[in-house]
Amino acid sequence: MSDERLWAAVGEPSRRRLLDVLVEVGAATPTTLAKRLPFSRQAVSKHLAVLLDAGLVSAQREGREVRYAVRPERLAVAADEMSVAAAAWRARMLVIKRIAEESHRAERDAEIGRAHPDR
Amino acid sequence: MATAIAQEIVIEAPLDVVWRTVTEPDQISRWFVDDVNVEIAPGGRGSVTFRETPSGPRTFNVTVVSVEPQRSWAYRWNHPDGAEATEHNSTLVEFTLTAEGERTRLRVVETGVEQTSWSVQEQDEYAADHNRGWTTILARLDGLFAGERVAS
Repeated sequence: MSDERLWAAVGEPSRRRLLDVLVEVGAATPTTLAKRLPFSRQAVSKHLAVLLDAGLVSAQREGREVRYAVRPERLAVAADEMSVAAAAWRARMLVIKRIAEESHRAERDAEIGRAHPDR
Repeated sequence: MATAIAQEIVIEAPLDVVWRTVTEPDQISRWFVDDVNVEIAPGGRGSVTFRETPSGPRTFNVTVVSVEPQRSWAYRWNHPDGAEATEHNSTLVEFTLTAEGERTRLRVVETGVEQTSWSVQEQDEYAADHNRGWTTILARLDGLFAGERVAS
């Protein structure tokens, strides 16, 4: 079974962009990363917290800032899990989830509309 | 021993909604292939088509293995034209739905991925077709840490 946190961490496009940059530069502070990405420093910090929680990056305090680095061994696990077909299915399942949840909301709203036509 | 990929996801929708999402052709075309030309019924035979891939439209043979309404369904695909789908020439994909109160757990298992005759390049294309957003990081991860496949 795949690690849900790992998938959730890399399932977000912004975080993959952030990971891309981090892989490229090796290690960096949120301030440095924010300069290379179209996100605010706060958004970068939020994404880093998720990546840290999933174990994909490590954090080391450096003066007033924290320096983040990729954890190659965890990225290797992620890459392994994301073998071609696994990644394809994961992506599809996330879309299935979105579609089904949208349908459900639409049907529920339509029902509420019928029950309370005055609304 | 065939390699199986198993994944689960919990969906915030009742089972019947998820069932329709994973079995109705016009729904399937929203998350998977562009065209579904197969009846989703046991023994159903036909094909699915991805209209736009790096190598143009691609059509795959599909045979529906089983359908248990509101519970599970399975198909084999990617077997050669004119051939019966077997465990040696196709992969088996099984969807299983389980109600968890108001929510639904969806499990997908694909078995036999390594047995298909796809070349590494075809597999890469397959990935690119369905994971445009994933490919950059994946290619980099592969290139950086596996040390063999290099991102082009």
